[in-house]
Parts: sequence; C-alpha cells; structure tokens
Amino acid sequence: MTLFNPVRALGGGVLSLLQSMGAITIFAGSALRAIVGPFFAGQFVQQLVRIGFLSLPVVGLTALFTGAALALNIYVGGARFNAESFVPNIVALGIVRELGPVIAALMLAGRVSSGIAAEIGAMRATEQIDALHTLTIDPMRYLVVPRVLAGVVVMPLLVLVADVIGIFGGFLVGITTLEFDPTVYVRNSADILERWDVVSGLIKAAVFGFLLTLMGCYHGYHAQGGAQGVGRAATHAVVSAAMLIFAANFILTSIFV
Amino acid sequence: MTTPVKIAWKAVTKRFGDRTVLDGLSLDAHEGQSLVIIGGSGTGKSVMLKTALGLIAPDTGLVEIDGQRVRPGDPSDPGLDQIGMLFQSGALFDSLTVWENVAFKLLKAHKMKRAEARERAIEALKQVDLEADVAGRAPRELSGGMLKRAALARAIVTKPAILFFDEPTTGLDPVTADVINRLIVRQVKSLGATAVTITHDMASMRMIADEVAMIEHGKIRWRGGLNGINDCADPAVCAFVQGRSVDDAPNP
Repeated sequence: MTLFNPVRALGGGVLSLLQSMGAITIFAGSALRAIVGPFFAGQFVQQLVRIGFLSLPVVGLTALFTGAALALNIYVGGARFNAESFVPNIVALGIVRELGPVIAALMLAGRVSSGIAAEIGAMRATEQIDALHTLTIDPMRYLVVPRVLAGVVVMPLLVLVADVIGIFGGFLVGITTLEFDPTVYVRNSADILERWDVVSGLIKAAVFGFLLTLMGCYHGYHAQGGAQGVGRAATHAVVSAAMLIFAANFILTSIFV
Repeated sequence: MTTPVKIAWKAVTKRFGDRTVLDGLSLDAHEGQSLVIIGGSGTGKSVMLKTALGLIAPDTGLVEIDGQRVRPGDPSDPGLDQIGMLFQSGALFDSLTVWENVAFKLLKAHKMKRAEARERAIEALKQVDLEADVAGRAPRELSGGMLKRAALARAIVTKPAILFFDEPTTGLDPVTADVINRLIVRQVKSLGATAVTITHDMASMRMIADEVAMIEHGKIRWRGGLNGINDCADPAVCAFVQGRSVDDAPNP
C-alpha cells in the first residue's frame, strides 16, 4: 500500500494543478466577459497610478543594477573570446528582449500581485465583496477589470522605462569601469536594436501585466479564512504570478525567435 | 388581513461538502412584516439570507422575491434593486469616505451626480442620528456604533422595499445595541419595508420582530408571534430564548 502512496500523491498533485488551471481559466474568462458593460473609469485611473506610477522607483532601480551587472558579466565572458567590444550590443539586446520585461514583471509580481491579493482578500474577509453585489455592482467589473486592464496598459510603459534605464546602467559601467568611449557605446547599442526587438519585449510586457494582475485578483477573490487566508492569498499570488511569467516568457520567446 | 408574500424560500437545500446546512427549508415573509430569524450558531441562518441575496446558489429549491426567482451570482437581478442590506461587520469600503459609502449605489448604479448624491447621503446619515461632519471621515475613524449606523444609512438611502439585517447588534455594548434596534424599528416603519433580521440578541428580537422563526438543523423548527415565545410554545425555542440547554427546558 505504501508503494502506491507516492503515485497517489503525484496523481493528487496533478489533479489539483489541473483544477487550479481550470478555475483560473474560468476566472480569466469571466474577467474578459466583464470588460463589456459599465466601465469604472475612476477605478481604472487609480490602478494606473498604483500599478504604474508608484512602481517606477522599484522598476527603475532594479533595471539600473541589472544592466550594470549584465555589462560586467558580458565583459568577463566576452574577454575569453576577445569579444569585449560586443558589451553594448549584448546588453541592449538582452535588456530589451528578455531582462527588461522579465525583471520588471517579477518586481511587479512582488509589489502589485501581492498587494492586489491582500486588498481584495481583505475585502472578501470583511464582506465588502458581498456588499458590492447587494449594491447591484458586479465585483468583477468594479474590482477585477480595472486592475487587469491597468496591468495590461501600464506594463509596456514600465518596461520601456526599464529598457532605457537598464541600458543606461550598462552604459555607466561601460564608460566608468570598462573604459568604453561613450559615443561608441551609445552608437553600438542603438545600431544593434531592431524595431521587432522592442515590440516583442512590449508584447511580453502586456502579457505579463495581464498575468500578474489576474493572479492577484484571482487569489484575493477566492481568499478564505480571515487574516491567515489573506496572507496565504498574497503568497500564492506572488508565486503563481512568477511561475506563469517564466512559463509565458519561454513560450513567447519561442514564438518570437 | 395578511399582506402578499414578498420573499419566499421554497424547499431550499444547500450542502457544503457532506454537511447539509439548509435541508429543504421553506419560509416566507409578507409585505411590511418584520420577520426575525433566530437559531444557534452554524444552523444556516446567514446561508439562508445569502440565498435571498443571490450570494449563494441553493442546490435544490428556490428563493422568490415578488414571485420572481432570485438569480444567484447576478448583481443585475431586479430583485436586488429593492433590497437594502446591513452586514454584521458593516462592510463599509475602506477606500471611500463615509458619505461615498452611503451614496455608493446612487453614484455607481444610479449614476447620480456627486453633489446630489452627497446631499442624499447626508440626509440618510441624519436619519440614523449621525451628524453631517461624519460624512467626510474614513470608516476606520468611526466607533463600532457609528459604523453600524453609517452602514444602516447605506442600506436605507435608496428607500428599499426590503431590508435585511445580519446580526445588527453583534459586538456592540447594550446601550449602543438598543440605539441600533430603535433605529431599525424606526426605519423599517417609516419605509414600510419588509424586514428580515438574523440575530442571537433576544432584546433585539423582542424589539424588532412582528414574527419570529427559529431555524434548527437547516429547517424551520418553529414560527410564531412574540406571544408564542413568551408562552414557551416549543421547549427548544423557549430554551434558546432563555439561554438554557434544551434538556433543562420546561415542558410546554
């Protein structure tokens, strides 16, 4: 009997995963359906500020240090092939196509997904979501749609900022530590980038914005069990958003290359 | 002469897992009547109320308002538009001021202009004996009694035909609870509304009820007027009202 327990545990895990995926898909479908109908513009603008503007410092700083560290690493690796001169090109490509969107999305998963899950979870625990329903307002329209739409709209803008600051981080290290000529560094960075590199990064950003706000809303909406449940919802939101961001990044990169 | 039935629970059953919370429960509330539902913890009182609000879907049976079936999970259900609800916790929105909470339905559902909605909200706050200076405060700045009154103002601001009260005096001191009870009686009377109240508070029940129903094991155990309770018409009801275990209850 003991022999079969691991199989049972694995089966249970797979079933649970499939159940969660189904529930998330249904929730996403409900959110997308709720876009049609009354739109709460005030809520949307508020979320644009919360998710976008207030995330600028954390995204900017993360991008700056990532770009700087990337330049140093590429220099070390490139030196082994006498390819140190490619530092500006690889930093620009790496940031715009991959690291800008992923790093910004992960930072927002930590900052935004958890915040949304905690806020909506607390509303669930204190019957505020039930109150919305009794006041004839659809909670999906009032709480979920503005957050998810704001995530989709604002993430590409944040990633654009992250791209610029990330490349600037590499530039700073390049001209101060690696003795690059500033003009050459800027020209090499600009020359290597094609329009599609930027656009593909922005598409990724929009998808990540959808996923990380959806996870916050989903886990908050289904929070159970008071303060502990709210904490659990915030944790699950961050973990599931991060996992989905990595999975989506792989799928989108496979499509875009 | 009895008035028409306003709300009817018809053979409602609701299970959570293998636990049956409502077991073929049937009950109705007549127009203009104040019905109080009592019963021990976990007997299904709140679930029963939530089925009428469309927050929980019955497994079998149905709930009707004015003869129209309540559509679970649908906030656009026309039945909901005539309901005002006072939640146990108040359930005011943290992110809004008191007047925005009170005027929420007017602003968001009825699309009323802010100035007009604010005026209506302040009028409703006055009806529950709250001064206009409370209007601009955040809910967290209010005491428990003020919070309940603000929530009551939100429930009555649209002059609903039906009022639901879920444990309206829970967590309040006896004096504040008495104030809330009197406000409920006054508002229900002035609106001519049908009221359904869930409570453990026997003082509240005696003050609010035209009729009392006791729920036990997911079914209505007893229903009658306050006289029936005073006369100990049912030993279990008598024991519950007197706060004794049923074994100690006198025989009817």
